[in-house]
Amino acid sequence: MRPRRIVTPEKAKAGDVVEIRAAILHPMVTGHGSGGPNSVPRDIVHTLIVTYDGAEIFRAEMFPGIAANPQLTFTTVATKTGDVVFRWVEDSGAFTTETRRLTVEG
Amino acid sequence: MTPTRRSRWWMGPLAAAGLSVFAAVGPSASEPTPLVSATRFLSDDLRAEQQDETRNRGMLWVDQGADLWRREPAPSQPSCAACHGDAKASMAGVAARYPAVDGTTGRLQNVEGRINACRERDQKLAPLAYDSDELLALTAFLAMQSRGRPVSVATESPAAAAAVETGRRFWSERQGQLNLACTHCHDDNVGRRLRGDTLSSGLPTGYPAYRLEWQGLGSLYRRLRACQIGVRAEPFQAGSDIHIALELFLAARALGAPVEAPAIRR
Repeated sequence: MRPRRIVTPEKAKAGDVVEIRAAILHPMVTGHGSGGPNSVPRDIVHTLIVTYDGAEIFRAEMFPGIAANPQLTFTTVATKTGDVVFRWVEDSGAFTTETRRLTVEG
Repeated sequence: MTPTRRSRWWMGPLAAAGLSVFAAVGPSASEPTPLVSATRFLSDDLRAEQQDETRNRGMLWVDQGADLWRREPAPSQPSCAACHGDAKASMAGVAARYPAVDGTTGRLQNVEGRINACRERDQKLAPLAYDSDELLALTAFLAMQSRGRPVSVATESPAAAAAVETGRRFWSERQGQLNLACTHCHDDNVGRRLRGDTLSSGLPTGYPAYRLEWQGLGSLYRRLRACQIGVRAEPFQAGSDIHIALELFLAARALGAPVEAPAIRR
């Protein structure tokens, strides 16, 4: 589990478009070290999957061209109160996950 | 060129004047160059990222620092919060006053030195290494409690005044194989291009900063070291007297400028 920073509104009205930001601390090692291909093995966060109330709402695939500490911003429509679950998956298979409650009123 | 005289020329990053004002600034300028934060030379996007705490990636370290502040560093050793309480209250504006002379030892300390003094004296632990994630996190967390406040280092005491003089000498002394002093770039050529970047006035207010070149947060020491390596000089040691003296001189030069850490730098 790596340090991460997620910004979501705590409350929204049904039908609102809400903006979500998710950043994770990761060196994003490209595998293109100066000693030749894979002299320093590739080690990146390759996927971020976000679900809202159980359904997938966002998925990003990342590649070695992405800088360290990737931060992604996206929007979704608030429908009903539920958990927004973030899951970052790394090359090693390790993952970092965090859950935020989005409360929807009206 | 006393710090107080220089400080009148300082211009905030929010001043309305555009970059064109620097077109006329060159080695022959007779007026002192206005001191400008490197924030002024960022793109609009990066400047917005710096100011928006939801986007500034330096906050990844600030968050870690907040955790470290509350947590016991080792079993039955006091946390930072155990002595200092809520940092929002107890540490507000503190980082803006550093480097400062330590009341107990009479030695000049920067924020990193002060954190390590606490670790050794009160937490009975080994000091943290410069630019280790832990020390960066704590330094960034403390700087965050001074964000927007004016730099207000004290330079009146004999120890501080002597250090400012030492720092000033270092600033204007040529060094390295390229035989350049700090002043040749950061006084005489502010706003001009040096290879891919724009020369700033050397205000220390943004550090520790998230530097794109580093792909992460780095200390003011790391930045000073980069300049020294750039002119092919042998860098001074982290935490050495000359290093802290230079930090104090830079802070004295920036008196009144708002703390911007964690800033975004290229």
